[in-house]
Amino acid sequence: MKKRMISKISRGCLFVLCTILSLVFMYPIGIVLMNSFKGKLYISDAPFQMITAENFVGLSNYEVGISRTGFLQAFGFSLFITVFSVIVIVVFTSMTAWYITRVSTKFCQILYYVFVFSMIVPFQMVMFTMTKTANFIHLDNPVGIIFIYLGFGAGLSVFMFSGFVKSVPIDVEEASVIDGCNPFQTFFYTVMPMLKPILITVAILNTMWIWNDYLLPYLVIGTDYKTIPIAIQYLKGGYGSIDMGAMMAMLVLAIIPIIAFYLSCQKYIIKGVAAGAVKG
Amino acid sequence: MERTLKKYFPVFVLPTLIAFTIAFFVPFILGIVLSFTRFTTVTDAKWVGLENYIKVFSNNDFLQALWFTVGFALVSILTINVFAFLLALLLTRGIKGTNLFRTVFFMPNLIGGIVLGYIWSLMINGVLAKWGVTITYKAEYGFWGLVILMNWQLIGYMMIIYIAGIQSVPDTLIEAAKIDGATPSRILRSITIPMVMPSITICMFLTVSNSFKLFDQNLALTAGAPSNKTTMLALDIFNTFYGRVGWEGVGQAKAVIFFVLVALISLPQLMMTRNKEVEH
Repeated sequence: MKKRMISKISRGCLFVLCTILSLVFMYPIGIVLMNSFKGKLYISDAPFQMITAENFVGLSNYEVGISRTGFLQAFGFSLFITVFSVIVIVVFTSMTAWYITRVSTKFCQILYYVFVFSMIVPFQMVMFTMTKTANFIHLDNPVGIIFIYLGFGAGLSVFMFSGFVKSVPIDVEEASVIDGCNPFQTFFYTVMPMLKPILITVAILNTMWIWNDYLLPYLVIGTDYKTIPIAIQYLKGGYGSIDMGAMMAMLVLAIIPIIAFYLSCQKYIIKGVAAGAVKG
Repeated sequence: MERTLKKYFPVFVLPTLIAFTIAFFVPFILGIVLSFTRFTTVTDAKWVGLENYIKVFSNNDFLQALWFTVGFALVSILTINVFAFLLALLLTRGIKGTNLFRTVFFMPNLIGGIVLGYIWSLMINGVLAKWGVTITYKAEYGFWGLVILMNWQLIGYMMIIYIAGIQSVPDTLIEAAKIDGATPSRILRSITIPMVMPSITICMFLTVSNSFKLFDQNLALTAGAPSNKTTMLALDIFNTFYGRVGWEGVGQAKAVIFFVLVALISLPQLMMTRNKEVEH
């Protein structure tokens, strides 16, 4: 009886501790949110000061920020590039992974290891030459970059799909071939539905990567078609002169889609991101 | 099936392969070759042997960035893993609201590096404002600022991996130890920690490779200020490529060295995760 009481009390203490820690974790986001409603002169020096009648500016930071960075357009480009890149990556790399796992030629084996190898190569290694190549063949636009993402993201995605395909029973595929399916139909009607768990994981990993990516689109496309990270960095301007009010508003607008996405499918996201631990 | 499937090579493999060749393979090979040449636009490359590599080390920038990065990585490994492990222990006690806490702690991991950088530049500058300075006043401020940022971003991620590790420890083992009269701290030391050792190793590698490749956060938080003292490797490579005309070859040589370093860290990690897959 006494022991149970103690355990109940200690659990209560742990609960309080966790609550405090959660508040500490969310504190920076809360501060940014609060400052997005304050006048720009009241932010840098006193970000922790509460909103008062004197420093409250309503939504004017949002108006200034949106018009100065072209945020709505940036949101559109980010969404366009992310959605289509992820679809293209998921469809093509799953097909490739299935093919190179099922066809056991030397070429396929070598290809598999080249894909795996590409996972450990940091972006800086190919940054300059890839940008030049992309410019040379005119992939320096929001459609062309999808192709670049397919190429640069292929390593991890093929690796993850291949690992999963190995565990899929081949009998089912053979059965569908006997029933008269060609490889194309076999893949889309029998294999792809079985790949669903890993498909979600690969889609989430690539979504998080491409949505947040700054350097690749900045180098390949430049500032003609700004994505959200580029728009935010663009606010900083040349000589350290930042409109802090607009910056705060843009940070809030950049975080909202991520939180919405996270809360709507957090189970898959946590699982997916943890599964991506293979890539450094 | 394999024979018919082979005919479908152009549909299944070719799109990915072409994209991969353009976005990764050609730039990678070209990158290695160009590191031994002097060039400004790729087409005007002249062979100079090891000159670029000698220049990398005769100049102080790269070494300074290397030591800053190594120091940062060491401090980050320690702090992130200790905090993440403690949080994982807290959240495997079956207290109320565990799922909610997990959601909260993991969230910063999804926010992009640029946004993270500006969130923390607001927070840290706000604190330093009491002394009338900013984060770019001293290299130490930038260093600890990056450490705090990295902790906030990665603790939740590592926590998820640790939670999975702790939950896989068989209950019977812990029950048996309790019957034998082991204290909670003894159970932690002699059972939990040895059993989650694989997770610990993976998290260590993950933190190091993430620390080494840090770019967006570095750019947004300090951009290397004051006077490049807080420039990390990835940012230093970027600055060499795009900040100094005629130094592209040196930038590429730095990139090759960077690639070797990152590969040395990522390779064992990749092997370990692959071995684990085989076991299951």
